[in-house]
Amino acid sequence: MNFTLKIWRQRDAKSQGAFETYKVTDISADTSFLEMMDILNNNLIHEGKEPVAFDHDCREGICGMCSMHINGHAHGPSQAVTTCQMYMRKFKDGSTIVIEPWRSAAFPVIRDLVVDRGAYDKILQAGGFISVRTNSVPDGNAIPIPKKDADESMDAAACVGCGACAATCKNGSAMLFVAARVSSLAKLPQGKVEGARRAKAMVAKMDELGFGNCTNTGACQAQCPKSISIAHIARLNREFLCAKLQD
Amino acid sequence: MAYTLDAKIPAGELSQKWSNHKAAIKVVSPANKRKLDIIVVGTGLGGASAAASLGELGYNVKIFCISDSPRRAHSIAAQGGINAAKNYQNDNDSIYRLFYDTIKGGDYRAREANVYRLAEVSNLIIDQCVAQGVPFAREYGGLLANRSFGGAQVSRTFYARGQTGQQLLLGAYSVLNKEIAAGTVKSYPRHEMLDVVIENGEACGIIARNLVTGEIERHGAHAVVIATGGYGNVFFLSTNAMASNGSAAFQCYRKGAGFANPCFTQIHPTCIPVHGTQQSKLTLMSESLRNDGRIWVPKKMEDVEALRAGKKLPSEIAEEDRDYYLERRYPAFGNLVPRDVASRAAKERCDAGFGVNETGLAVFLDFKTAIERLGKETIKQRYGNLFDMYEEITDVNPYEQPMQIFPAVHYTMGGIWVDYNLMTTIPGLYAIGEANFSDHGANRLGASALMQGLADGYFVLPYTIGDYLSKKIQAPKVKTDTAAFDEAEAGVRARIERLFAIKGNQSVDDIHKRLGLIMWDNVGMARTKESLERAIVEIQALRKEFYADLKLVGTADSFNVELEKALRLEDFLELGELMARDALNREESCGGHFRSEHQTPDGEADRDDENFSYAAVWEYKGIDNVPEMTKEVLDYEFIKRAKRNYKD
Repeated sequence: MNFTLKIWRQRDAKSQGAFETYKVTDISADTSFLEMMDILNNNLIHEGKEPVAFDHDCREGICGMCSMHINGHAHGPSQAVTTCQMYMRKFKDGSTIVIEPWRSAAFPVIRDLVVDRGAYDKILQAGGFISVRTNSVPDGNAIPIPKKDADESMDAAACVGCGACAATCKNGSAMLFVAARVSSLAKLPQGKVEGARRAKAMVAKMDELGFGNCTNTGACQAQCPKSISIAHIARLNREFLCAKLQD
Repeated sequence: MAYTLDAKIPAGELSQKWSNHKAAIKVVSPANKRKLDIIVVGTGLGGASAAASLGELGYNVKIFCISDSPRRAHSIAAQGGINAAKNYQNDNDSIYRLFYDTIKGGDYRAREANVYRLAEVSNLIIDQCVAQGVPFAREYGGLLANRSFGGAQVSRTFYARGQTGQQLLLGAYSVLNKEIAAGTVKSYPRHEMLDVVIENGEACGIIARNLVTGEIERHGAHAVVIATGGYGNVFFLSTNAMASNGSAAFQCYRKGAGFANPCFTQIHPTCIPVHGTQQSKLTLMSESLRNDGRIWVPKKMEDVEALRAGKKLPSEIAEEDRDYYLERRYPAFGNLVPRDVASRAAKERCDAGFGVNETGLAVFLDFKTAIERLGKETIKQRYGNLFDMYEEITDVNPYEQPMQIFPAVHYTMGGIWVDYNLMTTIPGLYAIGEANFSDHGANRLGASALMQGLADGYFVLPYTIGDYLSKKIQAPKVKTDTAAFDEAEAGVRARIERLFAIKGNQSVDDIHKRLGLIMWDNVGMARTKESLERAIVEIQALRKEFYADLKLVGTADSFNVELEKALRLEDFLELGELMARDALNREESCGGHFRSEHQTPDGEADRDDENFSYAAVWEYKGIDNVPEMTKEVLDYEFIKRAKRNYKD
């Protein structure tokens, strides 16, 4: 297969970026999207040009590192997969593919397609944990947890922190990310103890870091590679309101 | 000069060693902990759990990781689960049984005392993770669920769907975040350690490169902990994440730390086969699939040919024409034999010509029987995400046709030598998790990597490091303007400049792919004297080519992924040779290390306890010099070693 690639190139955070056009040829349909990028980069290096910088690591859809906006979609046109899990058979032979970094005020570009998602770490540092010390814990089976609650907690915990939700949202809101963590812990008895404090602290940090507000468009859910449901946002709102009412 | 190795294994009964040791080692008072600095390199399960626990204790901790966030370390990719001796299933599991299975699974090449301690703390890990909010799978009664894994006849594996590593890492990362917020831990993401600094024979800091700006930084500390995982990417194609590398460990080796059993590599039996030359990464299909999947190839060559020609679908091959070769060869364990055994058996069938795809390098993993027995829904619940991933990659629906799998490099049991305290041969320098060599012998059992990373980080290192640091309570802050730091930084800068100055024609990947082929063909699943000697010669030649013909673009003082990769490849080019040397020295077959010259008449590994009951610890002697090997003799005080038997 052959493709024309229009890729965002930007030297660093301060520089102006622009699209550059490249061609790749003889790509096997079984090649992954990122392997196609590897091929492009190897070609560029042989031409003495700097390769396109992009984030990636596990290439199994779980580390959350890869982060490309492809043909107008976070993680490309396929549903419920990360960029690394997309294969070239999903694209039309001979087509043009437009590749951009996440576009979000809270995720500044570092270089080309690489952005700084440190803001997500900061939100979690504000309260996305249970305050438990090593060795100061009861037996794992001391508190039975209904299977349904454990499963729902796991649904929310599947978030890989890739940033697609905020990058997709027209308001640049990180609500789905925050909701996934709050909801995952809220469904478990051990997470309820600090529930109120957690919801308030994480929401306050999200606002402080320049993420926008949620207007329930549901775009985040549609683009989430792990299909995290916006039902978790409803739970976050409930947690947040209850916490505020207790103030 | 050879090492004088003291493993510092406490005396006494096996079950009392760890308790006795904890009682004997020194502790540091809270007021003094505040004055002590610790650097932890790597933020996977080992590094994150260690850093968080050390922060809680009151030490000043700095953590370094090469990704953009500690949460992305490769521990996250572990799918199947984590072992613990809880005996929640009432199937007669115990600490002793987990210890025994682990040491037998490792083909009797690990230390008894370390492995017993690992089994002993395994139960605490589950409690810890539950308390952190890790959403382990549960039964309808609300209690924790288990499943079976290779090398065990009990169900002791705890799991969170097919994402256990991710959930455990998010647990460790969350308590790490708690400590970052509390100010006891300072996080340096997108930073790579490029050297360890040694002063007066003790580790006192690291040189790191800020991967965004390219700045070279100095960081001092009273102790340094290496938690940077394994070096499987020396093979280029492996299941390891793209950035996983052996460089931090290798810098320690270069600076004098012993490197133990480098040739012990785990080849995982259930990976998606290689599809062509454009591939950069192999994908693992979880071992948990072997709970319900049955592995087979056709019995008749005509069926193999029909499959390859696309004239027959695997589902059209009759039951009596299928060779469930693991069930045939190992009736007691069947499809749940350990990984090394399963991988070799797949290779044996493919070498005999029964590989089921066009390259001849694939076997089937079939769920037909399980779907008939349990129904599609149950299978979907258990493995849905793995089945989806398989279909995404291969375009084949595994509910209808069996998966194709083939062995691939997955884990390295070898690593930096450590004593019972997890300290390397350099005082103040520690290694934990996959980065060390200590607990898995010659083969690691499934669901034990997560166990070891968290055991080291939560429950071992936080105690043992105190014993060393208790001697440092009077020590001032480590100064970074000393000659030792000057020299280390100058070395790093010279290394980088040298690579840019080559201006050759081959990219990093061009050379790395060739190294990977040399390794896979000669230092892979079956090794011979000839293949290993050939590998050493070829790697040395390739290394010369690297220094003469590398093409490195970009600059040193900017975000430059090619430079990162070039530095890691430079280390792999030495590490690959070390692995071959170690494999050449070990004239026996054990665990993942199979020397074709040493096999039993029925093709099993022929271990030689009389001559090779030791860990081979290598000492660096310079890039083109032969390293020196010292033996740490493994005494089996409590277990009677036997030939590994998974047949009855």
